[in-house]
Amino acid sequence: MTRLGTLAVIIAVAVAIAAPFFLKPYGIFLISTWAVLTIAAIGLNLTLGYAGQISLAQGAFVGIGAYTVALLTPLGVPFFVAFFAAGLLCFAVGWGLGYPALRVQHHYLAFVTLAFTTLVFLVLRNEEWLTNGIYGITGTARPTISGWKTSGARDFYFLCLGVLALLSLATWWMLRSPWGRAFVALRENSIRALSLGLDTRRYTLMAFAIGSSLGGLSGALYAPLVQFIEPNSFALGLSFNLLLMVIVGGSGNFFGPFVGALVAVLLPEWLRITQGYYLIIYAAAIMVMMAFCPSGLLGLVERAIRALNGRRADATTSVRAEGAGT
Amino acid sequence: MASFIQLLVSGLATGAIYALIAVGFTLLWQTSQTINFAQGEFVMLPAFFILAAMNAGAPFWLACLIGIALSIVILGILFKVIIVDPMLKYGVLPLVISTIALSLFLKESAKDFYSSQAQPFPTLVPATDIHIFDAVVSTQSLAVLAVAILTVTALNILLNKTRLGRQMQATAQNPTLARILGIPVQRMVLYTFLLNAVLVAIASILVSPIYLAKFTNGETLGMAAFIAAIIGGFNQVRGAILGGVILGVLDNLSAAYISSQYRGAFPLIVLIAVILLRPQGLLGRIEERTV
Repeated sequence: MTRLGTLAVIIAVAVAIAAPFFLKPYGIFLISTWAVLTIAAIGLNLTLGYAGQISLAQGAFVGIGAYTVALLTPLGVPFFVAFFAAGLLCFAVGWGLGYPALRVQHHYLAFVTLAFTTLVFLVLRNEEWLTNGIYGITGTARPTISGWKTSGARDFYFLCLGVLALLSLATWWMLRSPWGRAFVALRENSIRALSLGLDTRRYTLMAFAIGSSLGGLSGALYAPLVQFIEPNSFALGLSFNLLLMVIVGGSGNFFGPFVGALVAVLLPEWLRITQGYYLIIYAAAIMVMMAFCPSGLLGLVERAIRALNGRRADATTSVRAEGAGT
Repeated sequence: MASFIQLLVSGLATGAIYALIAVGFTLLWQTSQTINFAQGEFVMLPAFFILAAMNAGAPFWLACLIGIALSIVILGILFKVIIVDPMLKYGVLPLVISTIALSLFLKESAKDFYSSQAQPFPTLVPATDIHIFDAVVSTQSLAVLAVAILTVTALNILLNKTRLGRQMQATAQNPTLARILGIPVQRMVLYTFLLNAVLVAIASILVSPIYLAKFTNGETLGMAAFIAAIIGGFNQVRGAILGGVILGVLDNLSAAYISSQYRGAFPLIVLIAVILLRPQGLLGRIEERTV
């Protein structure tokens, strides 16, 4: 990573910590949503950005995670046990889904995961004995961690931010480990990765399962954040939204999901003046972006920096590209 | 038994509509590697063109022609020129994302610029019932079947019996070789987009009296078309037809005999089974895969 990049990250972290002290409760709710959705988007970025597979199941995994926590905590299970249970369950389900689904690639996988999301929605809606059907589950308690009550909006935001920080560090570390470098190899050139002896299918499956478990962990925070979950929240819309977040931020870029989730959370607020036309504008903007800059907003920033640096950048482009990816 | 025949006929009618949508879907894939995630919305939209034309005072038959013409221009030509052409150089994935955004765009546009309420849509024939032995079959189902069969037959004649159709098939099978043989490949690709636009417009006219014209119609229809294409075989027109019919019948029978709550689930389970056991589809050829 470049010096400029490090500086940007430090500033972003400082802003994320200071922000809740300047915001009204609704603003804090928004940035908490950002933190929670970013976790799911990081997971999807592993599948989409690194393994290059379009998954439309991430919203369903968020749903599975949310329901796991919402159902377990009232039984007296401690929050963090339920939290990890959500992650483990989604890892297992992701593995189970990915194993057959990754036999087929790209567009097939997109529709298989789309089918999976619809199936999960049907189960959540129809199995009323377990999920309370369309009436949903209210009042999932926010946890108390060794005396620190996180029931307040600001406290819960810091919990979300902390979890986000830990999970991003873990992902960062994983991507830098020899094992995680295989993911980068998948992204850069999967045919070459295969020829170097990497079992690409296994690594793709691994990326998918880990991505799914991050979706579950995100859902585990989502339930206590919004305090009301119902099947519709986790229907296809959420999966599409998460996918677009990763794309808008810049898929395959470690910081892409952070930017994409921020745009997805803030843009509806800023475009409120356009009333109902927000989604039309958003969709049109994405189509324009895909036509001119498929590498997302961060790709646009990188391009701008490269243009500013001019000649110097030309010589180091390849080096920087490698640095930005890891 | 009587109810079984009723279910079978209405299932066949639904399946025939799915088949039309799925055929367009596979045509686009074959000639230009376009996975059209907005295919369902492409079926939803022409109904609104027709309703708008009728609101402007056109009789139903004229409105249908206007609807088909508009969908040829918008869903055929503009879709190819504005969305697909600039994206093809980036490969399959960005185009998929773009059509996902397009589906959102079309859905929201129909909602905001026409109506969020389901709109009644005129039927092709007056809705009465015909008694065949003990079974009661609606004329509507029969009309849908008749139109769909006519359309598919016409398409088959076009693709297999005419010079134009053979050129299109050659383009789909091997664009490089087709170009060497002097076939105007780009124009053939454009023709498949036009063909797809006509197919979705006809499907729209057939499906809207049953489901009403609603902006959310595309979600289920697009999914059904894709499942039909997978079941039958992604690279075969007749596979898509078979897949559509299987899906329609299965949908109706399972809703009646197994569980209506999980009606949406059966096609998905069949989809997963087909992908596991026969990824190339029932009638498909195995394509070479790049990793």
